Amino acid sequence: MLDSNKDSLKLEAMKRIVAMIARGKNASDLFPAVVKNVACKNIEVKKLVYVYLVRYAEEQQDLALLSISTFQRGLKDPNQLIRASALRVLSSIRVTIIVPIMMLAIKEAASDMSPYVRKTAAHAIPKLYSLDPEQKDQLIEVIEKLLADKTTLVAGSVVMAFEEVCPERIDLIHKNYRKLCNLLIDVEEWGQVVIINMLTRYARTQFLNPNVNESLLEESGEKAFYGSDDEEGKEEKAEAAALAKRKPYVMDPDHRLLLRNTKPLLQSRNAAVVMAVAQLYFHLAPKAEVGVIAKALVRLMRSHSEVQYVVLQNVATMTIKRRGMFEPYLKSFYIRSTDPTQIKILKLEVLTNLANETNISTILREFQTYIKSMDKDFVAATIQAIGRCATNIGEVRDTCLNGLVQLLSNRDELVVAESVVVIKKLLQMQPEQHSDIIKHMAKLTDNIQVPMARASILWLIGEYCEHVPKIAPDVLRKMAKTFTNEEDIVKLQIINLAAKLYLTNSKQTKLLTQYVLNLAKYDQNYDIRDRARFIRQLIVPTDKSGALSKYAKKLFLALKPAPVLESPFKDRDHFQLGSLSHLLNAKAGGYQELPDWPETAPDPSVRNVEVKDSVPEWTKCSSREKRKEKKVEKPFYSDSEEESGPTESADSESDSASGSGSGSESEESGSGSESEESREESESEQEDKEDEEDKRKKKKKTDRGKVKAPAVETTSGKIEESSGAEEKNRAQKVKGRRSGSESESEEEEESESESSRSESESESESESDTDAKKKKKAPVTKPPPKQAKKESKKEKKEMSLLDLDDFEPTPSPQVTPVNNFLSSSLVTDLEGLSLTDTVMAPTTIAPSGSVKTYELLHRITGEGLGVEYCFSRQPFSPDAHMVAVQIMFTNNTNAETKNLHVEDPKLQSGMRIKEFPEIELLPPGEMVTVVMGIDFCDSTQAANFQLCTHIRKFFVSIQPPVGELMMPVFMTENEFKKEQGEKKKLNPSYSIV
Amino acid sequence: MIHSLFLVNSSGDIFLEKHWKSVVSRSVCDYFFEAQERASEPENVPPVIPTPHHYLISVLRHRIYFVAVIQSEVPPLFVIEFLHRVVDTFQDYFGLCTEAAIKDNVVVVYELLEEMLDNGFPLATESNILKELIKPPTILRTVVNTITGSTNVGEQLPTGQLSVVPWRRTGVKYTNNEAYFDVVEEIDAIIDKSGSTITAEIQGVIDACVKLTGMPDLTLSFMNPRLLDDVSFHPCVRFKRWEAERILSFIPPDGNFRLLSYHVSSQNLVAIPVYVKHNITFREGSSQGRFELTLGPKQTMGKAVESVLVSSQLPRGVLNANLNASQGTYTFDPVTKLLTWDVGKINPQKLPSLKGSMSLQAGASKPDENPTIIIQFKIQQMAISGLKVNRLDMYGEKYKPFKGIKYMTKAGKFQTGMQRPHVSCVKA
Repeated sequence: MLDSNKDSLKLEAMKRIVAMIARGKNASDLFPAVVKNVACKNIEVKKLVYVYLVRYAEEQQDLALLSISTFQRGLKDPNQLIRASALRVLSSIRVTIIVPIMMLAIKEAASDMSPYVRKTAAHAIPKLYSLDPEQKDQLIEVIEKLLADKTTLVAGSVVMAFEEVCPERIDLIHKNYRKLCNLLIDVEEWGQVVIINMLTRYARTQFLNPNVNESLLEESGEKAFYGSDDEEGKEEKAEAAALAKRKPYVMDPDHRLLLRNTKPLLQSRNAAVVMAVAQLYFHLAPKAEVGVIAKALVRLMRSHSEVQYVVLQNVATMTIKRRGMFEPYLKSFYIRSTDPTQIKILKLEVLTNLANETNISTILREFQTYIKSMDKDFVAATIQAIGRCATNIGEVRDTCLNGLVQLLSNRDELVVAESVVVIKKLLQMQPEQHSDIIKHMAKLTDNIQVPMARASILWLIGEYCEHVPKIAPDVLRKMAKTFTNEEDIVKLQIINLAAKLYLTNSKQTKLLTQYVLNLAKYDQNYDIRDRARFIRQLIVPTDKSGALSKYAKKLFLALKPAPVLESPFKDRDHFQLGSLSHLLNAKAGGYQELPDWPETAPDPSVRNVEVKDSVPEWTKCSSREKRKEKKVEKPFYSDSEEESGPTESADSESDSASGSGSGSESEESGSGSESEESREESESEQEDKEDEEDKRKKKKKTDRGKVKAPAVETTSGKIEESSGAEEKNRAQKVKGRRSGSESESEEEEESESESSRSESESESESESDTDAKKKKKAPVTKPPPKQAKKESKKEKKEMSLLDLDDFEPTPSPQVTPVNNFLSSSLVTDLEGLSLTDTVMAPTTIAPSGSVKTYELLHRITGEGLGVEYCFSRQPFSPDAHMVAVQIMFTNNTNAETKNLHVEDPKLQSGMRIKEFPEIELLPPGEMVTVVMGIDFCDSTQAANFQLCTHIRKFFVSIQPPVGELMMPVFMTENEFKKEQGEKKKLNPSYSIV
Repeated sequence: MIHSLFLVNSSGDIFLEKHWKSVVSRSVCDYFFEAQERASEPENVPPVIPTPHHYLISVLRHRIYFVAVIQSEVPPLFVIEFLHRVVDTFQDYFGLCTEAAIKDNVVVVYELLEEMLDNGFPLATESNILKELIKPPTILRTVVNTITGSTNVGEQLPTGQLSVVPWRRTGVKYTNNEAYFDVVEEIDAIIDKSGSTITAEIQGVIDACVKLTGMPDLTLSFMNPRLLDDVSFHPCVRFKRWEAERILSFIPPDGNFRLLSYHVSSQNLVAIPVYVKHNITFREGSSQGRFELTLGPKQTMGKAVESVLVSSQLPRGVLNANLNASQGTYTFDPVTKLLTWDVGKINPQKLPSLKGSMSLQAGASKPDENPTIIIQFKIQQMAISGLKVNRLDMYGEKYKPFKGIKYMTKAGKFQTGMQRPHVSCVKA
């Protein structure tokens, strides 16, 4: 039929052939006829021919060559799928002659346009390797090339090839490590398993043991906060690396990256993926974080019984090391009568491992139920488990023993026998108190037939014959009677018993012993004969027996150490969990040892990649030049991407919200005002890189402080981490801004003209702002000019004072919206103003790092008294819970202000204020700084209070912005640097909007 | 990775073999048969069997052993999970995965296996992709094929493998656009004789049947997502959105798939919808025993408990049972000692009961009085955990789909009857 012209007939024939193959029948005779059809047009026929070829080509190498040209043609096909399938079949034909052809094809396919073809090439690599291991070097080259591939499709396959061909070449991974971590979640599930397993090994060689010392990292602060600044990142990473060798331990950022990126995969539907992640966490994560895997593993227990079997094996190993992890899930390991026996026994193992003082009573109660099960193997295992609980937990030993003794009266002989064996082990620990149990057991010898149990009883009686002096000889008498019918193991114990009795109580038992030994002398088993001869020489005093017999008593009645009942899963964790070797507790072929942690971390800079090659997000702001270029194109966003701190994101947000404003800012910065106190943006543009870095470091310092600080102060912590949330926070304010910026600019413009100071921040700001307004001609709601003027008049004189401010660490004014006596429009104005400023002045060079200043009381509102405050980010020494707030009073009036003090605080429950000492006198034009402490109770609720002078009272409120609530944390420089390096890495930087 | 696959039926015959690398002789299965003999029950065959040169990893589904032969280290779960995926695919293709079905479709099976693994490494396991490659056989197509000689293999080359959403076929078209979601919850519980719950947990799944044209982007939100303690998703679900908003956002595969499986932890109180009262007594010395069993609904929120099936493994000493069922039918297998009672629907007014006597082996000692009772039931239109889908929205396509959501509660591994001794007894 194969020679027929009709496709349908060919198909029919091929189907029959395939069915033969499937049944395992030999169809190799048909090879020539089938090979002819390899070029057949019909796809199904073609596929079946492929199936046939792959199966038999190995046996008929010469004939198989006939088909090669067809595949070679296929490799050049424009359709990627045809190219791929041609390569696939070509590589699956195990014919050594075509190795060079395959090599060539693989190399070509590895640089194919289509990722699918490249994937197939990756698949072909191990095939070729198994066919001809000498090609290894060339193949490694291909693997190296494919490892650099950025598509998810290829990643899994190439790592698989890597594992099969050159798992020892860990150096190939360095450059691709971060990429693999980042792609991981999008790789197909099978690839994920392979990659995770490989990365586990990799991490073991490259990172330090996170559990080396107890200084575990707090996970909360761990999440990234910085990130964008990659340019400096490199240098710092190197630095961090150098420091990493020293204690205390700080997790390598790449290590963290791996943990972070694998965590979501615990939610995979694929049990293998979940298991892979679980073992990764078990082997790599700091102790505190391993717990997350428990839930996922418990979930797998619902799956097919085979999956349960494997998972339970691994859980059993884990429970030995980390018992606490699974304790909350204790009940999930309760045994159901429908479970297969092997699952029951594994669950039992886990339950036993989990048992501790607190839960032992519930566990024992469960065990009692299990003993009634009809599954005898399981019952036996349960009794063993009870024994183990009893040895491990001293408090319940007696309880268990009693329970087991009760079992001795069980109807089922197996149960009794197993109990005897376990009781024997338990009694060995404290025989003195339990002679009655031994007596009881002695009685059992009449009934129990299971040899192991009989042997156990005999041993017990022999060992503790002094506790039961009356019964022991009697037992020996009985046993001597039945000696010939006993099993070997029992016979040996009878001899043993006889010997011991002879030594302790030779009067009664001498003859019996002689009798037993005589019987044993003629036993069929040479072991028993030997033993009998040996014992006779040892214990029966004769002329010849020399030195040894003196010590016979010592030899036999030495105190024996109690047996330790151990889990068979102990120490299994030297195998990588989840691996076949672990399951079998024996090394399987091709198993790659899980290396021990290195003493010192290898240089992490090997993982640095040319930024552009790595994760796309990282590339964005790599070079300053680029950024500038962008600025020219889009002055708008220029600043937003510069940093990742909350302030900038807010900045960009507000920028886009009020287009005009942002335009002006960038222009201003472009124009190049030198003013030191100008905002971060302009500054950063002016200064050269180093300066900027310098500053950033500082900023980081403080920021890190923030992050690090409050494990408790979650509000701030969290929001910092995701600047998105921050944006939201600000978003409301932004509304007010449109009108705000407008009025503000006008107002300040005027004041500027009068005070004629060119360098002040307010000027440059206002200038540019107005400039922008003019240029853009985008006037938004104009506030009543009159009002503005009024304000400005008041301000006239104050400008000089304002300049004073300029030399203060933080110049930008902010108004808190409490100016209840101002017209509402002005309030919005001021709000707007405040927003702009806070937003724009995130950092300046200040003694205490970079600090933002907020306005508590505007000089206008305060009738000449201007009050600003900032969070000095220094510990407030009188009370650690309080946040130090630095308050700066400036008297802008002509008159003295007296008796400044705080009064009548209105606080949310729990909040506390430590007032500053009253200021007696504030002369005109002077300013004074005081510090007060506020405990915000980790909330962002405002602290309201009245600020009193000798004439007036002002209602003011201090609202802590997120990120300002902090607690002092001491840290060495090294620690800090490492932290810093880490932060940077962790954060997928903010890219250009 | 996976070298070969052998399918072994319950009588121990190898009826299909497939090799991805060099041929491994089927004699390797002898080790498996040995282990099979040693195991008392079919499910007690160890899943991993080491042999001198190979390792055998097997799964048992539908009374067929799928025995994979591997040669070197590979995570066992990897193989097990894959084998289960193979079975699922067969089931998907042939409706049921029996020996007969596989034998009838041996060519399709072979083609499938060829596509699923390349050199022993999984290649395409998504059913959507496979269906594009190899069309599932239907009666109609078989008839047409035999007449016209056309093929099962897809004419056009599959593109799904290349796309960014590998789980969805391209160019899907339906006249009726429908999306059905079944929320199915199973209660796993162990209840002791007195009726108090030892452990109870709820395992739920959302199975979807989505037949929508084009590339719809769906979001599904819950009224009370906090209930879900632990979840695992189909790869199509966007994890980030779930993390952030507790919303399931996904481009669904075409056809049937399991969107989500979840777990409601045992910490939450689980309302047990049925109760069982039973009383089994044997008198010492007599060859008679009494058997009484009553079922009743409990906390079902007015929904009927249906398809109730009670089964119990009676003690070995029981020779026969002569019982009277107030409703439904019962059977007792004197060989396996398995008592099953098909109750049907529970009528709260007239509680079903099963009463009667058992005859015991003469002279045997008094058997255990507390056999395990396993109960199966179904409750329609209720998710016992209280989980509720809030809404389902579709983006990316213009038409309005028909959306349906169904709730059901089932008994999972629901067992009762074993007596739990009190702590005090243990201590006594």
